[in-house]
Amino acid sequence: MQAHQRMLDPTPNGLHSGESPLLQTRGLTKRYGDFLANDSINIDIWPKEIHALLGENGAGKSTLVKSIYGLIQPSAGKILWQGTPIALSGPSEARSRGLGMVFQHFSLFDNLTVAENVALGLDGKESFKDMSARLEQVSKTYGLPLDPKREVWQLSVGERQRIEIVRALMQDPKFLILDEPTAVLTPQEADQLFIVLERLKAEGRAVLYISHKLEEVKRLCDTATILRGGKKVDTCNPRLETAASLARMMVGGEIKEVKSASGRKTTVPRLVVNDLSLAPAEAHGVRLEHISFELKGGEILGIAGVAGNGQDELFAALSGERLSKDPGTVVIEGIAAGHLSITQRRKLGAAFVPEERLGHGTAPRMKLSENALLTGHAASGMVNRGFIDTSATLKTVDRATETFDVRKAKRDPEAASLSGGNLQKFIVGREILRNPAVLVVSQPTWGVDAGAAAVIRQALLDLATAGAAVLVTSQDLDELAEIADRIAVMFHGHLSEPLATRDATREKLGLLMGGSSLEPKEAAHAVGA
Amino acid sequence: MELVEAIILAVLAASTPLLIAATGELVTERSGVLNLGVEGMMIVGAACGFAGAWLTGSIFIGALFGIVAGTLMSLVFALMALGLAVNQVATGLALTILGVGLSGLIGAGFVGERINPAVHLYIPGLTDIPLIGRVLFGEDAFVYFSVALVIGVWWFLYRTRPGLILRACGDNHVSAHALGYPVLRIRTFAVMFGGACAGLAGAYLPLAYTPFFIPGMTAGRGWIALALVVFSSWRPGRLVIGAYLFGAVTILQLHAQGWGVGIPSQFMSALPYLATVIVLVLLSRARTGGSTAPAALGTVFVPDR
Repeated sequence: MQAHQRMLDPTPNGLHSGESPLLQTRGLTKRYGDFLANDSINIDIWPKEIHALLGENGAGKSTLVKSIYGLIQPSAGKILWQGTPIALSGPSEARSRGLGMVFQHFSLFDNLTVAENVALGLDGKESFKDMSARLEQVSKTYGLPLDPKREVWQLSVGERQRIEIVRALMQDPKFLILDEPTAVLTPQEADQLFIVLERLKAEGRAVLYISHKLEEVKRLCDTATILRGGKKVDTCNPRLETAASLARMMVGGEIKEVKSASGRKTTVPRLVVNDLSLAPAEAHGVRLEHISFELKGGEILGIAGVAGNGQDELFAALSGERLSKDPGTVVIEGIAAGHLSITQRRKLGAAFVPEERLGHGTAPRMKLSENALLTGHAASGMVNRGFIDTSATLKTVDRATETFDVRKAKRDPEAASLSGGNLQKFIVGREILRNPAVLVVSQPTWGVDAGAAAVIRQALLDLATAGAAVLVTSQDLDELAEIADRIAVMFHGHLSEPLATRDATREKLGLLMGGSSLEPKEAAHAVGA
Repeated sequence: MELVEAIILAVLAASTPLLIAATGELVTERSGVLNLGVEGMMIVGAACGFAGAWLTGSIFIGALFGIVAGTLMSLVFALMALGLAVNQVATGLALTILGVGLSGLIGAGFVGERINPAVHLYIPGLTDIPLIGRVLFGEDAFVYFSVALVIGVWWFLYRTRPGLILRACGDNHVSAHALGYPVLRIRTFAVMFGGACAGLAGAYLPLAYTPFFIPGMTAGRGWIALALVVFSSWRPGRLVIGAYLFGAVTILQLHAQGWGVGIPSQFMSALPYLATVIVLVLLSRARTGGSTAPAALGTVFVPDR
């Protein structure tokens, strides 16, 4: 932290001499129940500035921009627009004052035409005909070609984003917010976007650019504000930082004491992945590129990386939610399993805990015993000649409750009625009680209170000690440092060589997470930073 | 010749309540709300419409009673399905059951009473033209109004900004909310419009179709109107065609029995629903992407603030 004192100067480039900020927030706070999504945030946005808002998932970036755009009402604090405090009644007032926003999840209407979509984002003071003419002119001026008569469902993701941007530009905004605009774009499309943004800047407008792609921010942005856990951590000039130092600010603090897991004995390889490549299943998905690793019994491998770099796709390929044409790409307990279904993989001794607790890990409106059956039906003796053995499913619930301290109101409640931490303990417990040979777990303690997180991490360590191979995907580097023997990083569908945890410094991981390689020169630079 | 004219007149009369009720439901569904209570709103509209006309002697006031009754019924639906975010299918079915019971209660005192039905237009010369005279120039006000209504709805949906916003709410309520449109308020108005139309369509039955009220006189027309909206693939132009087609089927069914054609009447009654299913299959095969139905249809929306 002390290293960043110099960045407290709000005008790091001396860019803003003689001008006043366009937009400021002072003590901006948004509270949901006991949870502080934004905690007294102060930021200044100047004209002719591309300002990055950096942070991990859940850091409060989207909440902050929604407050600025008038979509949600802040619980406390104020927003100053050109020096005067404003209280926005909603997005239309924001638009009329000169604020524009391009949403991360597009706010488009699939069954309406491009022109109709644009019209809905404007305030309807001009006729549809005039608006269409202006649409063509704006899209030509900024080099964002669009056919106004086509319906949105026929368009590519890049074209959809163009609609959003043109729609925002047609209001001639002084200030434009873009929420992770390149998350869904190809590199070429992203380059096009950067040209447009540079041009907006040259026209004297300000841009607030939300991203967690560090290289992109370094290349494009003049200022960066970093949020972590709802608080502003720092403001800096990203060009003077390294990807590693930015990553460190995003993920936080100094690395905790690393507890070396040397007490465990590794045995035979239990999960082997050989040159696994897989095309994305969805339009926004990531392609897995030649992923290979070997995981022995008694070992925990951690996979780090910024969300959306292929972790979900890797989980689906390992669990059997997506099948691979080549059986040999995924080998479980020595048996080629790339073509096998989830149930067949479970029978081989694998168990899976997905990231999303409700809807993926459990059926929310079903009882815990029924949810236990859903993953245990094939290999845990809960089904007898086609009939459910209710006492066996209930016993599983009781054992999970006892072993993992699951707190609940009654013996067998609906999954959705449990708190996040208790449900996660139940899900992890349900799988561990099956004595798996291989456990693949994604974000095991995401959104879980500290007590439950400790229970879950201990359970994973114990499972490895008992001889199982454990693969943990997490965005929490401290968690990986605590439990993993080796850590690899996913970036754009590639998996790095695993580093032994004692060698995996935050700098090295940060570089890998930002897409840089660990070549000697860059590594030296990172140490110096 | 006279038989053909009589059949066309009968078809028009049978189609008009379908067209009015379905036009209202089309607007409701275009905003993203599925109100299955059309039958219930119609039957209450029928009872109240007859009561209004019998008490005041005015068909016009009777029609107003029907409209108000249908709107009030739809407000019950809006309160439950939009205000309290209750499941729309269950609420709509409950509304129909409520409506059938309520109409029996309201109409109990009027069973067996008669009124003078709505007068038909008569323009000397024009109305007397053979074959088309009475069809074009000799109808009651409801028939002309239903045509004006569907043209007005088409113009509203496709040529006005509020119409565009309403369609946007039905396509993606999250986006509409993000752009700052009051989704629930817009949907409430759409539901009320649907209720008003259903009430009017119900009132048409005792005010113009048969000049008396009997319990259960809507006889499933509300359900046909619902099927009609799907049949039309949520487009007003096709709705007109569908309404007259479905009306014709009901009339043909009566005549087929009279002529001794050996098709069971139950089969003829089932034709509108069968046609709807076939249209749905054809539509889903013809289109390669997007959706013909309003994409948010029947889904609950609770805005976060």
